[in-house]
Amino acid sequence: MNNSEKESIAAFVIELAKKNGADEVAVNLGEESEVGIQFRDGEIEQLQESQQSSLSVSIYYQHKYSSHSTNNLSRTALKEFIEKAVRATRFLTADKFRELPNPKYYPSSLDLDLNLFDPTFDQVKTEDRIKLVKEIYETSKSESDKIISVAAGYGDTIFSSLKVHSNGFLGHNQGTLFSASAEVTVKDNDSRPEDWYSAQSRFKHKIPGAEIIGKKAAQGALKKIGQTKIKSGTYNMLVENRAAMRLISMLISPMSASAIQQKSSYMDGLIGKAITSEILTITDNPFIPGALGSKIFDGEGIATKQRSIIDKGILQQYFIDNYYGKKLGMEANGGSSSNLLFSIGNQSINEIVTEINQGILITGFNGGNSNSTTGDFSFGISGFLFENGQIIKPINEMNISGNAKSFWTNLIRLGNDPYAYSKWQVPSLLFKDIAFSGS
Amino acid sequence: MILNDYLQHFEVNQELIRQVILEGLSKGGDYCDVFFQNSISDYIGLEDNEVNRAYSNIDLGVGIRVIKGYQTGYSFTEIISPETMKKAARTAANIANSNQSIDAQALSEHKPAEYYKINTPWEKIGIEEKIPYLQRINEKVFQNDSRVIKSNISFNNSTSYILFANSEGRITYDYQPMGQISVSCIAEQNGQREQNGFNLSGRRGIEFFTDENVNRLAEEAVKRTVSLFEAVKPEAGEMEVVLSAGSSGILLHEAIGHGMEADFNRKNISIFSDKIGKPVAESFVTIVDDGTNPHVRGSINIDDEGNDTEKTFLIENGIMKSYLHDRLSAKFYGVKPTGSGRRESFKHMPLPRMRNTYMLPGPHKREDIIASVKKGIIAESFTNGQVMIGGGDFTFYVKFGYLIENGKIQKPIKDINIIGNGPEVLKNIVMVADDFKMTEGGWTCGKDGQGVPVSMGLPTVKVSKITVGGY
Repeated sequence: MNNSEKESIAAFVIELAKKNGADEVAVNLGEESEVGIQFRDGEIEQLQESQQSSLSVSIYYQHKYSSHSTNNLSRTALKEFIEKAVRATRFLTADKFRELPNPKYYPSSLDLDLNLFDPTFDQVKTEDRIKLVKEIYETSKSESDKIISVAAGYGDTIFSSLKVHSNGFLGHNQGTLFSASAEVTVKDNDSRPEDWYSAQSRFKHKIPGAEIIGKKAAQGALKKIGQTKIKSGTYNMLVENRAAMRLISMLISPMSASAIQQKSSYMDGLIGKAITSEILTITDNPFIPGALGSKIFDGEGIATKQRSIIDKGILQQYFIDNYYGKKLGMEANGGSSSNLLFSIGNQSINEIVTEINQGILITGFNGGNSNSTTGDFSFGISGFLFENGQIIKPINEMNISGNAKSFWTNLIRLGNDPYAYSKWQVPSLLFKDIAFSGS
Repeated sequence: MILNDYLQHFEVNQELIRQVILEGLSKGGDYCDVFFQNSISDYIGLEDNEVNRAYSNIDLGVGIRVIKGYQTGYSFTEIISPETMKKAARTAANIANSNQSIDAQALSEHKPAEYYKINTPWEKIGIEEKIPYLQRINEKVFQNDSRVIKSNISFNNSTSYILFANSEGRITYDYQPMGQISVSCIAEQNGQREQNGFNLSGRRGIEFFTDENVNRLAEEAVKRTVSLFEAVKPEAGEMEVVLSAGSSGILLHEAIGHGMEADFNRKNISIFSDKIGKPVAESFVTIVDDGTNPHVRGSINIDDEGNDTEKTFLIENGIMKSYLHDRLSAKFYGVKPTGSGRRESFKHMPLPRMRNTYMLPGPHKREDIIASVKKGIIAESFTNGQVMIGGGDFTFYVKFGYLIENGKIQKPIKDINIIGNGPEVLKNIVMVADDFKMTEGGWTCGKDGQGVPVSMGLPTVKVSKITVGGY
């Protein structure tokens, strides 16, 4: 579908919903084409190619609200779908906070080009994709004869979408996404430790080559040979940047307006107060050209802004969407993050290991959970014990536990290595005095 | 419903399906299958005492898979027409690369079993019939305990129509219903807030939500929330762990189940590779994965490769018996598929997956098990789990349980992760009670980005040593 075909479907849906009694309507229409390849045991294991589209519509009928999605976009099917959607909405309870965002929140201009589209996308051929996965596979496999399995993956996606609100918003989006990865398993007596490395970017040329992806995954798995658990105790904990994502998600999720309004957040009432040690500053920047989380408007059409989330440990604001903002009596500011940028330190992860002498370097979390109401958390971990500034041995089958309120005040140093392949560009994080549970 | 109803539902006929399959085989593939699916799901939610939100979703399409050796080509289309299906078939066919093509067998109907017949299809139940359930539960939640300050309740139901055909001549179908009510509450006491919940889920119709079940949903949700006020964290380290009958089956799912999915073993990346026929646990340990339990969430009449489902013995009297197979792994091992080939939807290729994983009752008594514990915990309810397939490290998150000291249940505990090693824990299952229970909750298992509904069950079990998170 081109842009005008999308606009014509959206107009049809809005008109139909209104004819059936809806006061306000929001329509999202998205399309994507995807290719995915997996290479294993010297051959292509899986080759998948597909195209999909979906339409979602939010109905507001006398402040009653419902939202519906379908991938059956024929006009006949849509007619039945909309009629049913509006009919169902009438049975709900009216809620005065249910209405589209005030148009004052919509972007005043959609002209900014965030550079989310790789113009070379159409030139990517199946042979190129296969060549890359094959190289990743071979590079990885050749690292050691202890490697028993390598799965190399590649994927690319092109997507476009349209959002239309009946109170005066219309915005298009389009972009590309490329990813490549390797998963490596090695033999270690009865055990078969595994590791992975992956990268994603909006641009094909920013995906690192096989030398990086294949080698890093292989070396990661090989270093795990001989994993053991060590004694329970309190240790310094250094968390590698790609693993630190799990901790950041525990920090961010209690900041949502829905969690605050539903009293399921330990951060309720903590705006302006310290929630982490003062070395941490987090900024949400939606305007970085080519970045994975860049956007001019969010899922509700609300204009994005550069904003401070945590400044030197102090919580600056919640993520406030339209509905829960109204319920809380707070201004909506966009209910989700875009690109999170972190304050960084001046040392690499290896320099930190050398300098702080002893502790546990975490390279992966294994399960576990956190409770945003109380801040309690407990996660399984794997990584390495280091002593005298040197990695001593790989460890696994241990847990860390604590409460987020005090945990984040134990953050004492940041690496100089913001993670490049995520919307959240987290550096490696060093914490003091963390309770590890082992043998 | 009979075959013709499914053909009509998707507006196709057997001749067209055969043509699509032939197109899939046109570049030299060994095998081709087509998987039609129409999934319809509805959700209504209560928050702040009002049923003030409803969501629905329709997902319609057909996935086409072509296999050449152990290589798979896959494509799908959301528009069901001869042109779009043949185009998708040609795309999937690209996994093979020759001019020779084999013929497809004539299609013949395979009648599936019927493990979850319901009284009225969900599509015939209007939203107005479901709303009162949520209002009643909400009233009861607040009546049950004055410390409750928030309650969130949702009603989910879905229906999936499936039509499957393959180049070996099988054509079959399934109608998969699912119903779930979930209750979550937040309670406050002296400034301390706690949150927990309870849900009931199954391949059920609305008749499942009886007065008794509605009451139970409210009571359990409140009980599980307010008990957290007294809860503490255990000391960190290895200790004896008792798993209460029911949802503790998550232990089996993570510690053993995933490692027994045959794709991981075919690739030699599971810690259980090469263990078939070997003793791995005490003789009173028998673990099955079963798709045939009536109305249970993980049951399926046929799997997503058109095969009959079954009760598969993973471990029988302590001996490792069988992996969970899909078509590819069954071919590799030269065995019959176990009816375990499942997929999230027509947008995904099938993989060996669990259905309902549980341990059969053993010779011990729950009270004797608790009495035998010197220092440890008993785990009662869980939120999630995970496993590293090759290393065998698995975890599950205990939402609630109790400390046990000198054979007596002591203070409650909450929010701790347990981490163990699959083969080690199997060896360390030292007692199994006779009080088997299947969990009733809405568990979803994730693998390779695909979620499928599952269930699990366990009698009360004692593991002699496992690492518990804590301070």
